[in-house]
Amino acid sequence: MATPVFTRPASLTTAITHYCPGCTHGVIHRLVAESLDELGVRERTVGIAPVGCAVLAYNYFTVDFQEAAHGRAPAMATGLKRTRPGLIVFTYQGDGDLASIGTNEILHAANRGEKITVIFVNNAIYGMTGGQLAPTTMPGQVTTTTPRGRDTGLTGHPLRVAELLATLRTPGYVVRTAVHTAAMIVDAKRCIKRAFALQKDNVCFSFVEVLSTCPTNWGLTPVESTQWLEKNMMPYFRLGELKFTEE
Amino acid sequence: MGKRYLMKGNEAIGEAAIIAGCRAYFCYPITPQTEVAEYLAKRMPEVGGVFLQGESELAVSYMLFGAAAGGSKVFTTSSSPGISLMQEGLSYIAAAELPVVVVNVMRNGPGLGGILPAQSDYFQAVKGGGHGDYRSIVLAPATVQEAVDLVILAFRLAEKYRNPAMLVADGMIGQMMEPVEIPDGGETPSPEIAGHEAWATVGAKGRRQNLIKTLFLDPTLAYNLNVKLQAKYRRVEQEEVRFEPIDADGPLDVLLVSFGTMSRICRTAAQQLGRAGLRVGILRPISLYPFPAAAVREAASRAKLVVSVELSMGQMLEDVDRAVQGRAPVRFYGTAGGKVPTPDEVAGGIRALVDETRREHPAHGKES
Repeated sequence: MATPVFTRPASLTTAITHYCPGCTHGVIHRLVAESLDELGVRERTVGIAPVGCAVLAYNYFTVDFQEAAHGRAPAMATGLKRTRPGLIVFTYQGDGDLASIGTNEILHAANRGEKITVIFVNNAIYGMTGGQLAPTTMPGQVTTTTPRGRDTGLTGHPLRVAELLATLRTPGYVVRTAVHTAAMIVDAKRCIKRAFALQKDNVCFSFVEVLSTCPTNWGLTPVESTQWLEKNMMPYFRLGELKFTEE
Repeated sequence: MGKRYLMKGNEAIGEAAIIAGCRAYFCYPITPQTEVAEYLAKRMPEVGGVFLQGESELAVSYMLFGAAAGGSKVFTTSSSPGISLMQEGLSYIAAAELPVVVVNVMRNGPGLGGILPAQSDYFQAVKGGGHGDYRSIVLAPATVQEAVDLVILAFRLAEKYRNPAMLVADGMIGQMMEPVEIPDGGETPSPEIAGHEAWATVGAKGRRQNLIKTLFLDPTLAYNLNVKLQAKYRRVEQEEVRFEPIDADGPLDVLLVSFGTMSRICRTAAQQLGRAGLRVGILRPISLYPFPAAAVREAASRAKLVVSVELSMGQMLEDVDRAVQGRAPVRFYGTAGGKVPTPDEVAGGIRALVDETRREHPAHGKES
């Protein structure tokens, strides 16, 4: 009998995801699941789902889950982790959730140094509600609430959350990565696993921003979307480690 | 028998939570209840508990959610504007059927209002408060001792029904010092919620996923949750009504319905009116939700006049009126803005309502 070389992580369920074709949530879910498996923490991990496209994330993971209100996942993670410090607690949030309505919660959870891991999926738009302006929307980008493109004179420039958090002294690991190529998926895996490892060792707050595509609401094909991400998002949302703590 | 102490209401509330087994407190400072936070900032670490000052009351309401969903007894204290900010979280907590205890040391509103005693959050507390069809169990202490006893009861009820339980006090009870007997509980109750293993998010070791959620896109599932919640509230209404009748036996010239601080002023006012020849009874709701409607109705059937006496502009009045069902005329006496009336003022106000009712309802109002 042949030996399987590629299997489903134990942290993932067999459910078919509801995500659109070309969306990268599925890839990021898998990277989280692989990291939990490899670190051997699946049975003591609790995820906090956001409001947004990943609101149903709990259908795809076999770990315990709580579902938050819009933007409040870091506060829920704080309440859980403080009372159950032996757990591995992560939030999984989009840019509308984390960078708009939830800025207060993410900023203070990071600044308190909550020993949690935040996976921040930034696709520069509100996905679930059908493509509205996000704080991360690029200048000139057309959304349903910026039909003539984002006018920075009216709505400002895209919010760089990772850079913002990196100005704080407390958070130990703040990184931005992407998953639009095979090479970047490998990089994202390294970042996500490192973030969970830091939590496992009770070192620090860890934050991984993952640039993501939204072909449906960008109005592009999946291939065009990866090109758009590289051309428009990557020069502004620079990849790399913004803050790094040695264990 | 427990030990007796002279304690400030706010500190007694904090200690009562410790006695109830709670080892997790999340808060945001707001007058007139900040002493609870200051007390527990010292006390929680002494008993190995969690004390955390959050970034806002909104965040605190989700810290409560996160901790309770992890199976821990948890509570917060705040005051009116802060409680308004927590309403979002309380709706989610009620929907997720999590046991959480919230204390509202009410101050006058609306808006920023002021820091003086008020009961004007009655509607918010007993009718839901946040969005959706839900209820919190609401208890109202009239003394510091009762605040202690009701905090302990609130933890029991929250756990029993897996529902938010709220204590509504006011700055008078929070700030004053009274002798308190701290119950000698014997064994310390567990800081964990009984039976939490079946549902809490503590890691899916050797079992399927536990999931705490409030999104139900399927209308049948969403409807079923509502039906389940309503069945729970009917059970609460059957089993958890609490009230104190004060000289409310036999025929009455006037029945006062009043809770918390205002009920204490009513006691003194009732004695004055009694000396002037009026038979005045008081029915003091201890549980505001569930409201003691049957008891109010029964007492009202023996009274010529019922007056809802409140530190608000007439909120409990609606529940009193609904309970009385026309068995007697129902009137209101109250005030707002943090103006706490003297017993003389209350007695004068009640006397005026009695005289007015006698003119308007001669059959009801004739001197007995």
